[in-house]
Amino acid sequence: MLTVQELEKIASQVRRDIVRMVHGSSSGHPGGPLGSTDFLVALYFKIMKPDQKNFTMDGVGEDLFFLSNGHLSAGWYSVLARYGYFDVSELRTFRKLGSRLQGHPATSEGLPGIRMSSGSLGQGLSVSIGAALAKKLNHDEHLVYCLMGDGELQEGQNWEALMYAAGNKVDNMVAVVDYNGVQIDGPNDKVLPMGDLQAKFEAFGWQVMTMYGNDMTEVVETLKKAQWYTGQGKPLMILMTTHMGNGVDFMTDNYEWHGVFPNEEQTKTALAQLDETLGDY
Amino acid sequence: MTEYINQGSKDTRSGFGEALLELGKSNPNVIALCADLTGSLKMEAFAATFPDRFIQVGIAEANMIGIAAGLTIGGKIPFTGTFANFSTGRVYDQIRQSVAYSNKNVKICASHAGLTLGEDGATHQNLEDIGMMKMLPNMTVINPCDFNQTKAATIAIASYPGPVYLRFGRPKWPNFMPAGQPFVIGKALLLNEGSDVSIFATGHMVWNALLACKILEDQGILAEVIDIHTIKPLDNEAILASVRKTGCVVTAEEHMRNGGLGDSIAQLLVREQPAPVEMVAVNDSFGESGKPEELLKKFGLDVPDIVAAALKVIARKQ
Repeated sequence: MLTVQELEKIASQVRRDIVRMVHGSSSGHPGGPLGSTDFLVALYFKIMKPDQKNFTMDGVGEDLFFLSNGHLSAGWYSVLARYGYFDVSELRTFRKLGSRLQGHPATSEGLPGIRMSSGSLGQGLSVSIGAALAKKLNHDEHLVYCLMGDGELQEGQNWEALMYAAGNKVDNMVAVVDYNGVQIDGPNDKVLPMGDLQAKFEAFGWQVMTMYGNDMTEVVETLKKAQWYTGQGKPLMILMTTHMGNGVDFMTDNYEWHGVFPNEEQTKTALAQLDETLGDY
Repeated sequence: MTEYINQGSKDTRSGFGEALLELGKSNPNVIALCADLTGSLKMEAFAATFPDRFIQVGIAEANMIGIAAGLTIGGKIPFTGTFANFSTGRVYDQIRQSVAYSNKNVKICASHAGLTLGEDGATHQNLEDIGMMKMLPNMTVINPCDFNQTKAATIAIASYPGPVYLRFGRPKWPNFMPAGQPFVIGKALLLNEGSDVSIFATGHMVWNALLACKILEDQGILAEVIDIHTIKPLDNEAILASVRKTGCVVTAEEHMRNGGLGDSIAQLLVREQPAPVEMVAVNDSFGESGKPEELLKKFGLDVPDIVAAALKVIARKQ
């Protein structure tokens, strides 16, 4: 069993990977994945622990994860590689011609660990509901996890899905909103205020938990607790407060780092703030 | 010409509904999803017999497509049911990303396609669906011609891996194909041999093509009639073989000329076997309210329109 300190070391390496990948391809989204790194590391290494050596599309008998906000691909790819789905050396192909690591996650290239393409926002929660319903029909007691962005909640399909899940007691699923408060054009509240998200989810019939997503201890404890809240007739949402760009001071809470790659100098500065704990790819 | 007898008009959507029920009995992985149109899609029998495998999503088609895509992860074979309009344009991006690009085994079953939807008018008469769906990589597009063929096609797609768009209609329509005839996806059906003109028809227009063929025969013109029930993948071989024999083509479909069957065949011919083509289809126009037969007449999709197109294209050949 990995300790919180060990998980933090993995997270530090994942953050280095993200910065190096985005720099290496001169494109991509560093801010979002840096903010959700702790969650993804905890989920794969501590909570789900899926079978990375025998990946199957159906994923029967194991927990499943869907990334709805596909632009967080750099972080997900790094976690998948560090967890052992594929060799970390492949991270250097991110966003390059012929790569399995497409700009946004794709199933077409056969990259182990990916079961659904994403990138066009607002679709992951519906997909996760479908996968959760398949688990129920298969009498498979494992859970389905879904990570969504907060800005993504502006897509109407999410609210169709929220209504469906509560109305049909889809309680073998944990949806997590990366609540960093910013999106491409600026703060959520400036682009399109979404009001009290917790109250909205509760009004839609969901159980809501909150956590601070950039504290490994809190993330692990909350995700453990969340498992206990499943199976009780209500879908479960975790409103996860994070800092976009977490771990790199000049990117933190700055929406301008949503989809901009760091130059040589900025990359150096960023990497100086992140320990190389597992060896760079 | 080969004689085809209407065994009694039936709506193609009922062929879908009957087949879905049979599939429910024979295949425990078949799941049906509907967006508040269970009666219109003839899904009631499935819903009543297999309530655990029937998913009512409400009026939320985007969510329906997403749930269907997710259900495939775990080995389920989801059949979504709603009108053609809400099965395609309304959810194009959901189909594009979560079904087609992700190559998921979702069967998108669309009723009330085309003008013959009738009185509801243009908001519901989708005439662009074939075009939208055939442009998506990985997507198979099927438009059967009558009740029996729709039933057979529904059975066939359940064991055909990958995304499928199955298109059918609302009105009672002549049912003339043999019951229980196996449906071979991608294989055009030669209904009548002829040497003067090839008529390639799909969906409801296949029956109209047969009626046109009879009229042409009375004028001494031998028309070959081929049912193109699978628009993608297109049966290139059968089409080219027929055109090599006849040298000219009429296409007939209850769809917009842009993006339809005629467009697919014309593309094939300019690449492989140039020949004159006349397209019986809706010409860059929305539909309107009216009775199915009135609409087909007004929009140029009636039997005399096919006859006229045949005469015109034969003249162009010379």
